[in-house]
Amino acid sequence: MRTPLSKVRGLGSAKDGTEHYRLMGLTSLANVPLTLFFIWQVVSLYGQSYEMVVERLSQPLVAVVMALVMVSAIFHMKLGMQTIIEDYIHGENRKLMLLIANTFFSVFVGALSLFAVLKLGLAG
Amino acid sequence: MSDIESKRPLSPHLTIYKPPVTMVVSIIHRITGAGLYFGILLIAWWLVAAASGEVYFNYATAFMNSIFGHLILFGFTWALIQHLLGGIKHLFWEMGYGFEKESSKKIAWATLAGSALLTIAIWLAGYAVN
Repeated sequence: MRTPLSKVRGLGSAKDGTEHYRLMGLTSLANVPLTLFFIWQVVSLYGQSYEMVVERLSQPLVAVVMALVMVSAIFHMKLGMQTIIEDYIHGENRKLMLLIANTFFSVFVGALSLFAVLKLGLAG
Repeated sequence: MSDIESKRPLSPHLTIYKPPVTMVVSIIHRITGAGLYFGILLIAWWLVAAASGEVYFNYATAFMNSIFGHLILFGFTWALIQHLLGGIKHLFWEMGYGFEKESSKKIAWATLAGSALLTIAIWLAGYAVN
């Protein structure tokens, strides 16, 4: 005997909607102070020389929080783009391809940014 | 869809209503989010340029300091602030605050006004520092 509910459990578009929602909320909360920190850094570094920028980004606190800025932003944007794809792309194959591309893009941008932040942070 | 179903009249919706500000801001939130998805490449580029050495960093910042670069960065700043304020709006709404008809409209307008003011303030601060 299967109830109608048990038949559809786990058959959502991505099978992990609750976790998606939770992580979206958590990263959006984290992004508020992280974005303000990032804007502060960029504004205060605007027009500064290469040496000044590198010196700032090599400070431990700046390097760590910059890494968090990128990690939180990239999780957030990956989830957001996933929602956009699921909303507007209806063909299963195209949707799957775009979801994979979304993951690849997000991981690539994240890896690039983290490597750069670590290189700058560890060099100082 | 069968013949009968396809001939049923459709209820007119999006195209005939005057768009409420909450809807417009919601659409802007998605568009700015999609823009920031690609705009983050600017931040990644800046970080990678700083990690790549002085020659490449100066090349990247010369582009960002061009008029075209400033236009892109100004748009990026606005999108970031608009999305940030829209996100804060959502955090309050999801906790059940400010979701009444009139206050939700006011908050939606406030994100638009706030993002315009803050974007200009950030750029003025940037120029002042320089």
